[in-house]
Amino acid sequence: MENKLHDVRLDNGLRVLVKEVHTAPVASFWVWYRVGSRNEVPGMTGISHWVEHMLFKGTERFPKGAIDRAIARAGGTFNAMTWMDFTAYFATLPAQQIELALEIEADRMVNSRFEPDEVEAERTVILSERHMYENYPVFLLEEHVTAVALLLHPYRHETIGWESDLRTMTRDDLYRHYRTYYTPNNATAVAVGDIDGEAMIDRIARAFGSIDPGPEIPPVRFQEPPQRGERRVAVSGPGSTRYLHVAYRAPAATDADWPALAVLDTILGGAKGYRGASPNSRTSRLYRALVDGGLAAGVSTSLVPTVDPYLYTVTVTLLPDSDPQQVEEVLFREVDRLRQEAITARELEKAKKQMRAQFAFSTESISSQAYWLGFSSIIADVDWFTGYLGRLHGVSADDVQRVAREYLDATRRTVGWYEPDSSAAGAVKSEE
Amino acid sequence: MSTPVALDISALPGPDTIAWRTLPNGLTLLARENFVSPAIFVAGFLRVGAQDEPAELAGLASLTATLLTRGTRTRSYDEINERVESVGASLRVVSATHTTTFSMKGLAEDVVPLLDVLSDILRSPTFPEEHVERVKQQHLTALREREHNTRARATLAFSEHAYPPGHPYHTPTAGHIHTVEPITRDDIMRFFEAHYEPRGGAVVIVGAISAEEALNVLEHTFGTWEPKPDRARVPVPPASPPGTTVKVAVSVPGKAQSDIVVGAPAMPITHSDYLPATVANTVLGVFGLMGRLGKNVRDREGLAYYAHSVLHRSPLNAPWYAVAGVAPEMVERAVTLIQGEIRRLGEELVPEEELTDNKSYMVGSLPLRLETNEGMASAILDLVRYDVGLDYLQRLPERIWNVDAEAVRRVTATYLRPEACVVAVAGPPQPK
Repeated sequence: MENKLHDVRLDNGLRVLVKEVHTAPVASFWVWYRVGSRNEVPGMTGISHWVEHMLFKGTERFPKGAIDRAIARAGGTFNAMTWMDFTAYFATLPAQQIELALEIEADRMVNSRFEPDEVEAERTVILSERHMYENYPVFLLEEHVTAVALLLHPYRHETIGWESDLRTMTRDDLYRHYRTYYTPNNATAVAVGDIDGEAMIDRIARAFGSIDPGPEIPPVRFQEPPQRGERRVAVSGPGSTRYLHVAYRAPAATDADWPALAVLDTILGGAKGYRGASPNSRTSRLYRALVDGGLAAGVSTSLVPTVDPYLYTVTVTLLPDSDPQQVEEVLFREVDRLRQEAITARELEKAKKQMRAQFAFSTESISSQAYWLGFSSIIADVDWFTGYLGRLHGVSADDVQRVAREYLDATRRTVGWYEPDSSAAGAVKSEE
Repeated sequence: MSTPVALDISALPGPDTIAWRTLPNGLTLLARENFVSPAIFVAGFLRVGAQDEPAELAGLASLTATLLTRGTRTRSYDEINERVESVGASLRVVSATHTTTFSMKGLAEDVVPLLDVLSDILRSPTFPEEHVERVKQQHLTALREREHNTRARATLAFSEHAYPPGHPYHTPTAGHIHTVEPITRDDIMRFFEAHYEPRGGAVVIVGAISAEEALNVLEHTFGTWEPKPDRARVPVPPASPPGTTVKVAVSVPGKAQSDIVVGAPAMPITHSDYLPATVANTVLGVFGLMGRLGKNVRDREGLAYYAHSVLHRSPLNAPWYAVAGVAPEMVERAVTLIQGEIRRLGEELVPEEELTDNKSYMVGSLPLRLETNEGMASAILDLVRYDVGLDYLQRLPERIWNVDAEAVRRVTATYLRPEACVVAVAGPPQPK
């Protein structure tokens, strides 16, 4: 567990993080690029995610389908993810097969073809992905609230992008985005597992070392202007259930207030799994007030670590007979209580223990360890995760009250309601 | 050109590394050590589920399981939550068709008090009246949300037409609005009294605790649980594919996308056709990027973000189906493509190289599924649940390698025939 972390930078700027973990005959290899919806402008929303899809469409060496086939027949799993601050590719394989992942990633960092036919075929796949999300009311609500809560910063759009942009972006737009951001100087390679650390660094250097560095990455200059009062948004659509989504402006992951907000979130909305399913949160203040209080079928909160300031959100699924006004009042009363009264010492200790347990669970699997190394290197630095428990330890009840006052102010929130369109609900029918 | 993956079978759990004993009350206890992190995962199942509930009260087993954590003879709802959450642990109980499963995730240092809570909720729940009403309302809200979920509606329609009324797979384990509404506290108490017992069940601990200690603490916790030797479960009738293709369309207005399910009842996990069918299913819709379905429906035609196939594990005639989410106007095209791929698999032998790749993936990826305590616990429980022997996973690679192309063709032609399957579609009303 406490094996050394190798942290080196190749001459072309590629950062390499390697950790030996010999608990299972498995190794996980990731490449993280500092590009996501954060780097997108109107007209090009969703471009990072689409580029990610195109990297499965083939190079000269690994034509379309060859990557999936090669990894699968080696007994591995693979995937990629695009998020606000990053795009990441990974494969987890039997350890003796890990070289394959290095070869694939080094190759597609520069040699992806972006053939026009393939771009067009993928356009409909991506529209289909967006339509799949649109089928869920909470996606529609969240998309609107985020766009209203942030006026300027690119975090205001979902990583999938707006439909009109997905319909009009061109092959050249996509290729330019790829060439701009897929460079060794904008990437981190992470290898964790049943490997020899020094030898793995040499292997990564051999696979990636000959790739030329790219030009400097265009800076993200957007700075969200201050919020000058509560904002409200209403979304209606098919369904029979009301949802409430509230977003408060939150600080960046590197902000000194972040750990105190994470503790606050644990007390208000419950402990979070660092990756995967969330644990029980029935003793959280919001669950007690809203769900045990008979007003809601469910409540969840979310504090996402991001490079630039983003949002702290609360989502409530209402019971059919609940009064929306009352739900808002109860929710905001609980938020205000955190601002008015200090949390108890017992609550603080409990939150810390919960977070410590979740941290332990997050180190269980090799791919999860690789994920956290890469993720924290992007949003802050590797010690963001390794030093997490230490920073939490320093959080006091006063800190929690202070950040509640600072960030959970009514003038810093956006309140969104999903109103089900009941005329559509009655039309649900089955036919043969 | 494919080289079979060399797999160290001793890395897989087997009789040498799974400790176990069966108690006089019929409960099987199992343990496997893993000291990679200070965490433990406890999981188990009881032989009680939706198959034991009357059809007119479908959802009763599910509600009963959910309500177990709402109070016991010695602990209130709040005390249970506080006990679990104050140490950062999670507790879940979920009822399926044949079994009710429970799990706990926590730190090894808390194993004794956590097991004490687990035993308490499984053996002495009180089902407080106010919680029955509240949980019912939450459950009904989820069922109302399901009405507007295209994926859920397509799957429900498939089950209703693939299995005859009276068969447990005909009805969703969550029940329907009209079967959940009449459920009373008395129904729940009667169901619990009649069906909850240790006989035939199993509990496993995987994690940072010695196997001997784990078995001892489990025996201490569950050894005094009385079985119900007179209880007998109603036998379930077999199910077979329909004589002709049955098409069903469910209209869910206002949605952006339609969901498709195409399939039929297949075989129990204990049947000799099950393993060849698993290989066939991998070829059809799993391997690499969703197998042949992914290649043709998603990649070649750009019709869908997801198009894959699932062969369920079950002691009965488990469902085997392909699923896809497509634009409403593309439903017919997608169904034709899916049926075409199914037909091809039942008529033509899978080329040797493709078959080898698929088997190589199935064998090589075995350790990946067992990387976390949770994955390991679930795999070990299945060995007992389906009574396949503790050496099942260690024998599996050789058995997979022995499946030939003719067996793959034969099982597909037997169970999954385009001219004799259920085609269920849910989405916006389709133009006539």
